[in-house]
Amino acid sequence: MKAGSKVPDTADPAGTRSRRQHPGLRLLLALVGIAFLFPIGYLAWGTLSLEGDLWATITGARTLKPLRNSLLIAGSASLACMIVGTSLAWLVARTDLAGRRFWRAILSLPLVIPSFVGATALLSALGPGGLVPFVPRIEGFWGAFVVLTALSYPYVYLPVLARLSTTSPTLEEAARLLGSRSRRILIKVVLPQIWDSVLAGTMLVFLYSLSDFGAVALMRYDTITRAIFSARLFDRATSLTLGLVLAGCALLVTAIERGARPDIRPGKDIGREQVRYSLGRFAIPAVLLPAGVIALALVTPASVFLLWVIRGSTTVGVGYAGIGDGLAFLIRPLINSALASVAAGACAVAVTLPVAYSAAKHRSWLSISAAASVTSVFALPGLVVALAIVFWVIQAPGPLAAAYQTFPLLVLAYVLHFGAQSMRASHAAIAGVPARYEDAARSLGVTARRRLFRIELPLALPGLVTGGGLVLLSTLKELPATLLLAPIGFETLATRIWNAAEDGFFAEVGVTSLVLILLSGALTWALVLRRELHI
Amino acid sequence: MKRLAMLLLRALLGLVILACGTSDGVITVYSGRTSNLIGPLLEDFAESTGIDVEVRFGQSADLALLIDQEGDRSPADIFISQSPGAVGFLAGKNKLQPIENEILSLVPDEFRNVDGLWIGISGRVRVLVYNRDLVEPSELPRSVFELTGERFRGRIAVAPPNGSFQDFVTAMREIHGDDATLAWLEGLVANDARAYPNNTSIVQAVGRGDVPMGLVNHYYNFRAKAEDPGVASENYYFPDRDIGSLMIVTTMGVLSTSDEPELAGKLVEFMLSEAAQRFYSEKTFEYPLAAGVAPSSDLPSLSGIGVATYDFDRLGGGLERTKELIDESGLESS
Repeated sequence: MKAGSKVPDTADPAGTRSRRQHPGLRLLLALVGIAFLFPIGYLAWGTLSLEGDLWATITGARTLKPLRNSLLIAGSASLACMIVGTSLAWLVARTDLAGRRFWRAILSLPLVIPSFVGATALLSALGPGGLVPFVPRIEGFWGAFVVLTALSYPYVYLPVLARLSTTSPTLEEAARLLGSRSRRILIKVVLPQIWDSVLAGTMLVFLYSLSDFGAVALMRYDTITRAIFSARLFDRATSLTLGLVLAGCALLVTAIERGARPDIRPGKDIGREQVRYSLGRFAIPAVLLPAGVIALALVTPASVFLLWVIRGSTTVGVGYAGIGDGLAFLIRPLINSALASVAAGACAVAVTLPVAYSAAKHRSWLSISAAASVTSVFALPGLVVALAIVFWVIQAPGPLAAAYQTFPLLVLAYVLHFGAQSMRASHAAIAGVPARYEDAARSLGVTARRRLFRIELPLALPGLVTGGGLVLLSTLKELPATLLLAPIGFETLATRIWNAAEDGFFAEVGVTSLVLILLSGALTWALVLRRELHI
Repeated sequence: MKRLAMLLLRALLGLVILACGTSDGVITVYSGRTSNLIGPLLEDFAESTGIDVEVRFGQSADLALLIDQEGDRSPADIFISQSPGAVGFLAGKNKLQPIENEILSLVPDEFRNVDGLWIGISGRVRVLVYNRDLVEPSELPRSVFELTGERFRGRIAVAPPNGSFQDFVTAMREIHGDDATLAWLEGLVANDARAYPNNTSIVQAVGRGDVPMGLVNHYYNFRAKAEDPGVASENYYFPDRDIGSLMIVTTMGVLSTSDEPELAGKLVEFMLSEAAQRFYSEKTFEYPLAAGVAPSSDLPSLSGIGVATYDFDRLGGGLERTKELIDESGLESS
C-alpha cells in the first residue's frame, strides 16, 4: 500500500538539512505511528480470524458498485470543496470583500453540523413543500454531493485561511510592481505558496467523505459504508474486510497526495501586512459566493431547526416541547461537549506534532510511515474506530483496561480518529516556515531545541491552531465513539441530537442543533480565529 | 501542605462513603431505546427503589456488538433492544441469563423467549405508511405480498438495514418459507422499490410526497403527527392477520456476566408494572404488553385489526440467513 513512498526527496523544504533525526524524535514517531495502527490491526485481525476473503470481497459484484460510488462521491466532493474553500479563504483574507470579518467568523461553522442532521434538514428544506420550494428535491449522487460539499468545505477553507495570513507579501508586491495583473499574480505567485494547504484540506475532505455514513444513507446513495454498517451484526467478516478496503483507499490517496505536493520552497519571510486586492467591479458578484455558501450550508439548516422548534411537539411529558419549554437539560451536554472537544483538539495537535514536524523537515521512511498510519484512521467510519478501541482495551492488562469508558480514553478515541486533521494542517504550517529564519538562527549558534520553540512553532502557530480547530469541530459532532466509549451517563450535544432524531423528536433535534452551532461559533472564535495573524 | 493533603483526602473519603451509603446498589443498562422513550421510567425506578441506574444509549445493533466485544468484562447488567434481532444475536452467543419465571409469566408466551432469555416490554406494529394526497384508500393493498404488483411500481419505500424490517423478513421466512420470501424481496427490487436507511426517513419522505408509501412501524407516524399535525402521512394496517402487520416488541435481557442479577430482575419487573405499561400506552404511542393496561384510544385495538403475532423464539439464529436473502435480492442498493 505504500506505492507512493518512493517520491523523490526534492520537496525537503528545509533544504540541505537532511541530517539524521534525533533518536528521541524517532522513538516518538514510532510510538505515534504504532498507536494509530491499532484500528487497522483490529480490522486485519478480525478479517483473518473470521476467515474473511479479502480478494473475493473486493471483487464481488456487491462491493464493486458501492466502492466505485464511494470513490466517486469522495473525489467530486473534495474537488468541489477545494475550489469553494480556497476561493472563500482568498476572498476573506486577501480582498476588500464587503463584510469580511463577519464572513470569517461564520464560514467555518457548517463543519459542526452532523451530516445526518444536515441531510435531513436539506431534504426537508429544498424542493416542493419545503422552505425553498422552487428548487428540485436533491437526492442520490447530487444530494450526497451537495450535503458533503456544504458541510465539508471548511476542511479546505480553514487551513488555507491560516496559510494566507502568513505568506510572504514580498513576491506579490514585486510581481505587482513589475506590472503583473492580479489574476496572473494569483496563479503564479499566491497559489504555489498556498498549494500545500489546499492539498491538505482537499485530502481531508476526501477521507471524510469516504467515512461518511449519514449523508449518503439519507440521500440514498449506495456506498461502501452502507455495506459495512448493514453487515456489522450478522456478517462480521464482510464488515471488517470492507473496513480494510477503506483504509487501503486512504493509504493510496495519501500516497498520491504526497506525490502532488509542491517542491517549491516557502517565501523568504513572513508577512506582517498582507497584500489586499481590490475587487473593483467584482465587489458585488464576489459577495455572492460566501452569501450563497452560507445560505445553503448554514442559514437553510438553521431555519429548518428553528422551524422545528417553533412548530413544537405535542407529546406532553416526553422530550422537549418547543418554545417556552426549559433548556436546562442541555447545560450538562453543552459543558461536556465543550470539554471533550477542546481536550481532543489540544491533544490531537500535541500527539501528531512530532509526525507533522518530521514529515515537513526530514523525510524518512519512518516519518512517511507514521504519517500514513495516522491518515489511514480518518477514512474509517467512527463505529469501526470505536469498536477497534474496545477490542484492544478490553483485553489489555490492568491500568489500561481500567481506563475503559473513561474520559481520557474517549479523548484518545477522538485523537486516533481525527489526528489526521491536525497532523496535515500542522505539516503544511511547518513546511511553510521560511528556511531563512532558521538559517540565520543556526549561524548564530542557536540550539535546535531553542530554534524549534522560538522560531518554528511560533511561526507555524496559526496552522497548528487551525488543525486543533478542525479536530474540535469534528469532535463536537462525533457520535459512534461517544456513544460507545464515553463514561456512562456522559451526554454530549451530538448524542442528544442522535437520541432525539432516532425516534423522531424533531423540536428537540432543532433546539439542540442550534445550541451546537452557537457553541462551535463561540469556541472557534475564541480559540482559533481570534488568534490568527492580521486579517 | 501536608495538612491540606490530609484534609483533601478526608473530604474525598467522606464523599466516597456518602456515595456508597445513599444507594442500594447500582445497575448498568445498555439501552437501544432512546432516552426520551425510557429515561423517565428509569428515573422513577431509581427513585422508588433507591437503586442507582446508569444508562448507555445507542443503536441496538451497535450496543449488541459492544457487549459481544466486551466479553466477560462487560459492565452492563441489562440490555434493552428496540427489536428482537439484536437481543437474539446476544442470546445466540450465550450472553444472556434466564429471567425468573414469575416475571416471564407477566406477558403472553409469544412476547418472550422460550428459554426465558429475554422478554418483551412494549410493542410496535408493522404498517404501510402512505401519503393521503397521493394514494386513494381504495388503492391500498390487502396483503404485503401485493406490493410486488405492477400498480405499486416505484411507489414503495423500505428500510432493509433496519432491525424491524429484518425481523419482519425473518418472520415471513418462517411462515411462508425462504423461497417465497426471496421471491418477494426480488419482486420489490424488480418493482423499483426505494431503499431508505431507517423508519424516520421513510415517514418523512412519505409526508413530503417523495414516495407515496412505505413499510415502517406504526410508532413513527404518530411521532411525526405529534411534531406536525398537518403532515399528509397516514398509517394503514394490513387486515386479516397479514404478515405485513406483524407486532415487533422492544425486548429486555439480563446479561450472563451481570454481577447484580437480582437488581436487574427488579428492573425488568418494574418495566412490566402498570405504571410503566401506562407510560408506553400514554406517552410513547406503543402497545403495552402486560398488567392489563389497554392501548391508547388513538391506536386501533389489536383484536380489531387482527395483528399477526409471532413467536420470536423461532427467529433464533435465523437472522444470518435473513441478511443473506436481503443481500441476494440486492434490495439495499435499490
